Amino acid sequence: MKLFGRREKPIGEILSGGESAIANKEVEGLSLGQIVRRRFFRHRAAVMALFLLSSVIVFVMTALETKIGPIRIPGWWKWTVEDIPELRFEDCPGGTIGCPTLSVNPFSNFGLGTHPFGQDDIGRDYFALVMNGARRSLMIMFIIGFLAGFIGVVVGSISGFYGGIVDAVLMRLVDFMQTVPIIIVAAVIGKTAGRVGPVFLALFLGLLTWTGLARLIRAQFLSLRELEFVDAARVAGASNARIAFKHILPNAIGQIIVSVTLIMAGAILTETALSYLGFGVVAPDVSLGLLISEFQTSFTTRPWLFWWPGFFIITIALCVNFIGDGLRDAFDPRQRRRISKKDRLKAKIEVKAGA
Amino acid sequence: MLGYIMRRIGVSIMILFGSSFLVYNLAAYAGDPLGELRFSTDDNAKQQIIALTRELQLDVPPPLRYFLWLKGILGVFVGKLEMGMTRESSSVQGELAFAIPVTLRLVLVASVTALLLGLAFGIISALRQYSRFDYAMTFMAFVLFSLPIFWVAVLLKEFMAIQFNNFLSEPSIPLRWMFIFSCFTAVFWSSLFGGERKRFWSVFAGAFATNFVILWAIDFTDWYLHPGLGPILIGFLSVGIAMGVASISTGLTNIPARNAALTMAGLAVLWYYPAQWVFNNHGSYLVILLMLALIVGTGFICASLFSKIDRGPIARTAIITGVISGFLIFIDRVMQTWAPYRATDAVNGRPVPTYGQRKDQLVTDDFWLNNLDTIMHLILPTIALILISLAGWIRYTRGALLEVLNQDYIRTARAKGLNERTVITRHALRNTMLPLSSLFVGEFVGLIGGAVITERVFGWSGMGTLGIRAINSYDLNLLMGVTLLLSTLVVLGNLLADLVYSALDPRIRLVKE
Repeated sequence: MKLFGRREKPIGEILSGGESAIANKEVEGLSLGQIVRRRFFRHRAAVMALFLLSSVIVFVMTALETKIGPIRIPGWWKWTVEDIPELRFEDCPGGTIGCPTLSVNPFSNFGLGTHPFGQDDIGRDYFALVMNGARRSLMIMFIIGFLAGFIGVVVGSISGFYGGIVDAVLMRLVDFMQTVPIIIVAAVIGKTAGRVGPVFLALFLGLLTWTGLARLIRAQFLSLRELEFVDAARVAGASNARIAFKHILPNAIGQIIVSVTLIMAGAILTETALSYLGFGVVAPDVSLGLLISEFQTSFTTRPWLFWWPGFFIITIALCVNFIGDGLRDAFDPRQRRRISKKDRLKAKIEVKAGA
Repeated sequence: MLGYIMRRIGVSIMILFGSSFLVYNLAAYAGDPLGELRFSTDDNAKQQIIALTRELQLDVPPPLRYFLWLKGILGVFVGKLEMGMTRESSSVQGELAFAIPVTLRLVLVASVTALLLGLAFGIISALRQYSRFDYAMTFMAFVLFSLPIFWVAVLLKEFMAIQFNNFLSEPSIPLRWMFIFSCFTAVFWSSLFGGERKRFWSVFAGAFATNFVILWAIDFTDWYLHPGLGPILIGFLSVGIAMGVASISTGLTNIPARNAALTMAGLAVLWYYPAQWVFNNHGSYLVILLMLALIVGTGFICASLFSKIDRGPIARTAIITGVISGFLIFIDRVMQTWAPYRATDAVNGRPVPTYGQRKDQLVTDDFWLNNLDTIMHLILPTIALILISLAGWIRYTRGALLEVLNQDYIRTARAKGLNERTVITRHALRNTMLPLSSLFVGEFVGLIGGAVITERVFGWSGMGTLGIRAINSYDLNLLMGVTLLLSTLVVLGNLLADLVYSALDPRIRLVKE
């Protein structure tokens, strides 16, 4: 076995000036945004994840009635969380109750039926419950992502840009925040927040999770502020704020976006875990973690009550993670994509034509 | 350097003051510890309120009460630590002293295993960048990143405990499952080895056949009821391990190293029966440690017998081989306990537990039964924790190794004509370990904090469970005990990570000169 064997490079590739020639050629004369967009859309998994996540968001958000102040937008689903329809007994396996009516078999009862995900103990439609939970989780995820992203960027850039005493103080603040055990403190707050509402919980979690991002941004600023273009801007008379936010920050945008996606993916797991422990979203409100916690004991008899909330958590987190990965590849200037056989052939033909 | 450490510790203590003050007041204002008693219609509720108020000094407002609590904590400097009383008037220190070893046992095994597996997968993934294996690992890492641990835990309980126990009562593997399972493992191995189509299929066929035969043999001999390795199998495995370790650690061209490793493998087989006697009559952790020391000593002797020069790498190869072979003998002994363990009344034929950290009904002096009991209770939570932290290690290792492989010194090493093994293990891997070593400290501390959910799901009474109990009963002193311990760990972990990094990497200077 050749564990350490190196793959030989085909001779044609070496002749045609190596991989960098191909990689450089495709970014000629394009703006950063264009390059990033191109690279992102070539990351197949990320594009699929983006499509899937947007569909899930639209699907979940429109399923139930939305209330924005006095405006009410009706949802397309027939049941709501408050409805208590009759429990279904007929043709359920093994004497269980409220089994799902979703059928993917094209020959018998194909379609959604009245309760596609089944019903809970008192007969509430499980599809509506899961939709409501997923909506809560998505909302909490976005609030945490934006809040933590905002604080992290502001603290990190100020700390990295000014350095010295400001940096020392802010970094001690970061250390301080990191010593606060998130799960424990969030649980303390969550026990109260159950009465205050999920938005409050999300805001609080956002206030706790920005530290990693702040460190990253600070490190970026520390290295970027020594570069020539910052001197050039200063000589041209730019103010500190202009240099920080117009000249340096766009160079760190890749890291920011990637970190925020990671924070979001972590946030949805933290929220569901807290709800599972009983400290996040509490009944009568519904959340995915709460649903899992409530029905984990009925896994053997009524597994659908357990699968669906988990399925939504994983789908959302997985999509966000993949989008983050795609963005990281797209923003990283050192990252060269894999040169496919087709590209190699094309480059070789071009070299031959040129010769 | 000492000055630097002292300064860091000083700053850390200030930070701990701040964060504990914050948490104390948050927790104190978040809930009323007397809330339930106030609404109670019980006659002695009033007396209880008075007693609790006096005991926990609830009449003092929280910001001031914090300093009363702090006074007890500061006693640590004069050797009289006082963390206060819980609501049940037991001491917080006592509760923590019970809980800490439980959590440590859980987290230590899980984080070390996750680290080793993650390193292995990450390294192969990076060496085979853009291969099928790499893509599969990346995808797996993302799936693991997105799994909620409590969800995984329920699945583990159902499929690895309940279903497996059912399976054990009537054990037989259907041919269909043997086929499917062998296919999966064959795909794993062939994508691990990589290569062109022909090699892929030959590895696939070999792995499939081997796997199928092993599964069939397991089924035929009812191995899962009376498992064990036996001296012959241990012999074969040890020789394989010796060759493998030698080829990675020094290369097979290093004849003394190879011979030393093979000698260690031979000694392991010879040592099999004496080891059984020792295990049966003097089974204890101390004896196992002594045997480990014996292996290390033998490794050094082996190295000095086979070569007069360059003994370090040879001794290393011999010791690693010896330790792994010795571990096989240990595993064999544990497996031999399986049948008697299943037969005990407490276990009653259902050996994989879903709950708790040990079986209370199992009363025995036998070291091996107790040992197996501990292992069986560790299995499910450990797997859950491993699954959660494995993904991170795969990604870190892969990224760090790829970064290193692009460095100029790797090109120099190759240009010098070093073989690929030396370039990878000596030049690339060592530099990859630098950032990973400091990450490990942080990850370990993070896992202790994150074990809250795992402990809760699997019913372990560790620190997480203690914290949840404290929150639910508004037990401020207990909560602060857990929080303070976790925060101290984070602070110490950060300091340790920096120190480790600067000790390993001469380019990093913590102290400005």
